[in-house]
Amino acid sequence: MLRGAARFVDDVPHPHACHVAFVRSPVAAGRITEIGTADARSVPGVLAVITSEDLGHPALTAVLERAEFVPTAMPLLAHDRVRYVGEPIVAVVAETRYIAEDAAEHVWCEIAETDPVLSLADLAGAATSVHAEAPDGVLVDLQMFTDELLGDALAGAPLVLEETFRSGRVAAAPIEARGCLAEWQARDEQLVLQVSTQVPHQVRTGVASALGIAERQVRVIAPDVGGGFGLKCVVGREEVVAAAIAAMLRVPVRWSEDRQENLTAAFHGHEQEYRIRAGFDSDGRFVGVDADIVCNIGAYSAYPFSCGVEPLMAATELPGVYKVGRYAARARGFATNKPPTAPYRGVSRPQVVLVMERLLDKAARRLGIGRVEIRRRNTIGRHEFPYTGPNGITYELGSYVEALDRCAAEVRHAGWWERRDAGDGPLRGIGIVNFSERTAYGTATMGLRRMQMTPGFDVSHVRMDPSGDVVVTSGTCGHGQGHETTFAQIVADRLGVHPERVKLRQGDTDLTSFGWGTWGSRSLVIGGGSAAVASRRLADQLKVVAAELLEAGPGDIELADGHARVRGVRDAGLPIDEIAATVHFRSHTLTQHEDRLLEARGVTDPPGMFSNATHAALVEVDRGTGGTRVLDYLVVEDCGVVVNPTVVDGQVRGGVAQGIAAALYEELIYSPEGQPLAGTFMDYLVPTASEIPPVTVHHIETPCDLTETGAKGMGEGGTIGAPAAVLAAVNDALREYDAEIDHIPVRPADVVRALRRGDAADAVRQEETA
Amino acid sequence: MKPAPFEYHRAYTPQEVVELLRELGEDAKILAGGQSLVPMMNFRLAHPAALIDINPVSGLDYIRREGDELRVGALTRHRSVEISRGAEVRDGFAVLPRAARWIGHYPIRSRGTVGGSIAHSDPTAEWCLLARLHDAEIVVLGEHGTRTVPSEEWFTGFLTTAALPGEMVIETRFRRPRRCAALLEYARRRGDFAIAAAGVAFDVVDDRCQDVTIVLGGVAGRPLRVPEAEAHVQGAEPAESTWAEAARIAAASVEPGAEADGDHDYRRHLVGTLTRRAFREAYETGTDAGPVRGVA
Amino acid sequence: MKDQHLVTLNVNGSEHELVLESRRTLADTLRQDLGLTGTHLGCEHGICGACTVLLDGEPVRACLVFGVQADGHEVRTVEGLARGDELNDLQQAFSRHHGLQCGFCTPGFLMLAEAYLSTGPEADPDEVREVVSANLCRCTGYQGIVEAVTEVAAERRGEAKTAHD
Ligand SMILES: Cc1cc2nc3c(=O)[nH]c(=O)nc-3n(C[C@H](O)[C@H](O)[C@H](O)COP(=O)(O)OP(=O)(O)OC[C@H]3O[C@@H](n4cnc5c(N)ncnc54)[C@H](O)[C@@H]3O)c2cc1C
Ligand code: FES
Ligand code: FES
Repeated sequence: MLRGAARFVDDVPHPHACHVAFVRSPVAAGRITEIGTADARSVPGVLAVITSEDLGHPALTAVLERAEFVPTAMPLLAHDRVRYVGEPIVAVVAETRYIAEDAAEHVWCEIAETDPVLSLADLAGAATSVHAEAPDGVLVDLQMFTDELLGDALAGAPLVLEETFRSGRVAAAPIEARGCLAEWQARDEQLVLQVSTQVPHQVRTGVASALGIAERQVRVIAPDVGGGFGLKCVVGREEVVAAAIAAMLRVPVRWSEDRQENLTAAFHGHEQEYRIRAGFDSDGRFVGVDADIVCNIGAYSAYPFSCGVEPLMAATELPGVYKVGRYAARARGFATNKPPTAPYRGVSRPQVVLVMERLLDKAARRLGIGRVEIRRRNTIGRHEFPYTGPNGITYELGSYVEALDRCAAEVRHAGWWERRDAGDGPLRGIGIVNFSERTAYGTATMGLRRMQMTPGFDVSHVRMDPSGDVVVTSGTCGHGQGHETTFAQIVADRLGVHPERVKLRQGDTDLTSFGWGTWGSRSLVIGGGSAAVASRRLADQLKVVAAELLEAGPGDIELADGHARVRGVRDAGLPIDEIAATVHFRSHTLTQHEDRLLEARGVTDPPGMFSNATHAALVEVDRGTGGTRVLDYLVVEDCGVVVNPTVVDGQVRGGVAQGIAAALYEELIYSPEGQPLAGTFMDYLVPTASEIPPVTVHHIETPCDLTETGAKGMGEGGTIGAPAAVLAAVNDALREYDAEIDHIPVRPADVVRALRRGDAADAVRQEETA
Repeated sequence: MKPAPFEYHRAYTPQEVVELLRELGEDAKILAGGQSLVPMMNFRLAHPAALIDINPVSGLDYIRREGDELRVGALTRHRSVEISRGAEVRDGFAVLPRAARWIGHYPIRSRGTVGGSIAHSDPTAEWCLLARLHDAEIVVLGEHGTRTVPSEEWFTGFLTTAALPGEMVIETRFRRPRRCAALLEYARRRGDFAIAAAGVAFDVVDDRCQDVTIVLGGVAGRPLRVPEAEAHVQGAEPAESTWAEAARIAAASVEPGAEADGDHDYRRHLVGTLTRRAFREAYETGTDAGPVRGVA
Repeated sequence: MKDQHLVTLNVNGSEHELVLESRRTLADTLRQDLGLTGTHLGCEHGICGACTVLLDGEPVRACLVFGVQADGHEVRTVEGLARGDELNDLQQAFSRHHGLQCGFCTPGFLMLAEAYLSTGPEADPDEVREVVSANLCRCTGYQGIVEAVTEVAAERRGEAKTAHD
């Protein structure tokens, strides 16, 4: 990585690969009446110009097995209708990307435009719905929880808040965009697809089913992956098109998504609205919550997980770490003429946390209770675990109150309150938010969603070679989470060898067992857990052989420092390398080792467990520009046993940066015609080092007895907490004004408007002296 | 995101550039730092048939003082001005290096050129604002020799200038050195083009503001002077109340409809803030720096 | 007709003669013609900085310079940082400070920092943040990168001082 020797898919050398460029819809909605490809075909260096028809109209369809779900097909290339600006219509294959783009300018598409549906408001009066199958635009409508007594409870509550919260559409925007290299290998009759993905096996299934070939005829390899964040945990139509072209034309084909495609035509996420009625008693305790959640899921249901992901997650997880009393939630996903959405890092939890935390801050303010205090009163306490909430979830032991108290204390010690109130310069505010994050869902939990394909388990194999080196294969697919380090550590610990002797292989469907890839904070727990199981088994095998060689019982053998020793005997012991050599080359000398080789398999399928964290943000709001800067950031987190603190801190910090981005900077804005207004890195504001403060991370370790390693997942927590923490801090900064902001991102203009609404004259006067 | 084909030509002297421009006609473009042109080509928003690379041209990379004028060669990189500390700049043009820091980022500044920016004419570009602030003259070379265009006439609109076909910018002459000057701008993210910017320059003589210029960026298709606000400050005491009133007038001068995001109130508010702060900063730094003329 | 040029590039100390189409960017030239795929492309419009290389010692976006423009000039890329097997001080500091996760942005940050460090900066934290903000990273939150650059600046200043003493 540091030498420039990494191999991201675009770095994989292939001198003969052709390049694909897509001709994309220039309009948000319309009917394709004609596609003219002749001119493009005649550009020198062009091999083929491919339409949906040329491929036999293949499509991907994600299915949720629920009556309230309307399945819709996502064609690989649009043929009858276009449903968003950027939808691929034609693929141009040429010797270079330069020529492919030249030729793409010569493809001619005639489209009869129709009025686009961009928001829920448009839906009502729309002449044409996005999908004929769903005339009202609703692809999924779930009354997830009901409580007949909720209405009365709210009616009788001393404080009832009726609020609406919104979050803007964002993009995962990994710095490596998507891309692939597809080649048909005649010798093996197999399509080899190297692709920047988090889920190689799911891509294999998607390609095989869309192309109508057997799974064994597809080998998917994920080389180094330059960030995914959920964008790469679904199957992209462009990748499948590239594969289809490689299979059809028998030429190697490369597609490298450019940034404009990535921001305007790949998957988005998080465009949601929550209408909430929440009742509190006079002590600030929740009486009940009634939620109506709508997710703008864009034009298609992403394969394989479907567009149900956001609404289901939102309705299920809304209560979070709080005892909400009575609970009802309806969650809907509706189709619009914007790009489809995928499970972007955090999936609805940044929003549900933001909603709960805003509710508590509002209630605290109205009731005159401290913000930390009101949380303490509502948070599930240590003695209450395992706690089953009205959302049907059982929360295992966590440190919800402890983390909150610890964070409040750290904030005090760090002198934040003094910094907040110092002088009469810029407005400053502090936000403190508390949440949990369900991680590493196994099949039992995932099964409740009723997806046609239910992910959950993972399988690892651990194998020792004759020289004593260890190879682990796993169905996970890391891309910057430090799996190489953590998996090696887990395996090495159990085998008593040095971590450097352990190599991880993942991301190749021909090399590893079937698996569900890396997302949902699952890999360390599920993949790492299965590697732990497998390595314990391998350790047992080693012990059997060592016992025979050392003339002891297997139960008395210990493995450590690369040696097997008899417990209690202080001698040099037997090098594990020697055991490995004996097993492989001199097995005739052994009587006890029926397994022959040193290899073992492990499976893990946990129910899912909750990591928790408290985040605090200190922000400064400039009255004059409306700009908000995050000055300092503090996290107290509990992800069980910390396998590797550097990796955990890195995940938290990166996640917080993404959360701050969603809170203050990033938004995919569309014009009323459905044209993207943030299609480049000039207007989609991924923050730089100047916008992201240092993040201090403290750990609490509550070991998890549901997992092999005692660890819980933690890949998303940073992203989940930060929007709520920043929004809370902004509102705290505006505390003197009668203004509350209930949406993200908070734009400078929103702040100025809020200040003016509050007390215009005062704002201006204060700025003058600032 | 790859550029369309073009013919590549290299020029070594300004005369060669002009000859090539004539030969190749209107579809040819000059390539300087490429920091504005190449992104547009990569997006295929620009399709020049030919590029004339002027980077090999010698003798256009300089920052030179001629009396009251600071002359900056067209091929001078942003970074060269940013790190310039000499008296020729310090004395009356100290705002230039300070403002140059706001242009993009380090790698952009080490490549992009002052002449390219003036020719490109982005209404929030620092050089365009500074040119107006310091009443610059743009020196262009054409088939019939050089001519000098006042910056007031040079910027004609969004990305358009008074350059005639076949002309190249060879120099920008910043004039009217003043002791107090500042350019302030606001962007949500470090290094981005500003949403709005305000530049002010003046001298203080006998505790009165003299020779006042106010320029706004991001409020119209080109940098905008605000004569009413200038008139208010002219002869007034350098005081907070003066700045505030100038800011109010500047903000009120912002016409609705010019802004891409349609948020007119916000832009006005921002212009007011930036103008007031620019006055403050100009006054503070200017009075620290001592008198304009006669600094060694 | 393609507009092609014969050019000589000096990359990391080695001379290369190439025939390049004029529109080929320096980034594509390095990646595709010379196989130096350490220089990455993350936006091709100058913002992300993944393509940052040194051209005659100055940091530039290789996506905004054409290969022909580097004719006769010196280019330095991430592949030229390590001495044989040994990572240079900056690379080591990135590793120590966890300045990378997926590693895609890393070559760009290394070259940006190399350029900055070569100016012998005082490297106060604000300045380092400002320099680092020239490039984008989506994984790390920048903390490790800022720490690594700050530390190496201090180390190199220390060494420079010792050399002068
Ligand atoms: C990420 C990024 C951030 C940026 N941020 C800013 C910013 O904050 N502020 C800012 O001002 N700029 C910014 N820029 C633009 C940068 O400053 C450019 O360098 C500048 O606008 C153009 O100068 P150039 O030398 O690069 O010109 P080029 O891109 O080479 O040319 C620009 C135009 O000017 C013409 N041209 C160039 N030189 C001459 C000449 N001598 N005579 C006649 N015509 C000529 C060209 O034909 C072309 O039409 C940014 C650029 C990037 C990539
Ligand atoms: S690829 Fe060159 S700056 Fe992003
Ligand atoms: S480490 Fe992944 S983008 Fe920086």
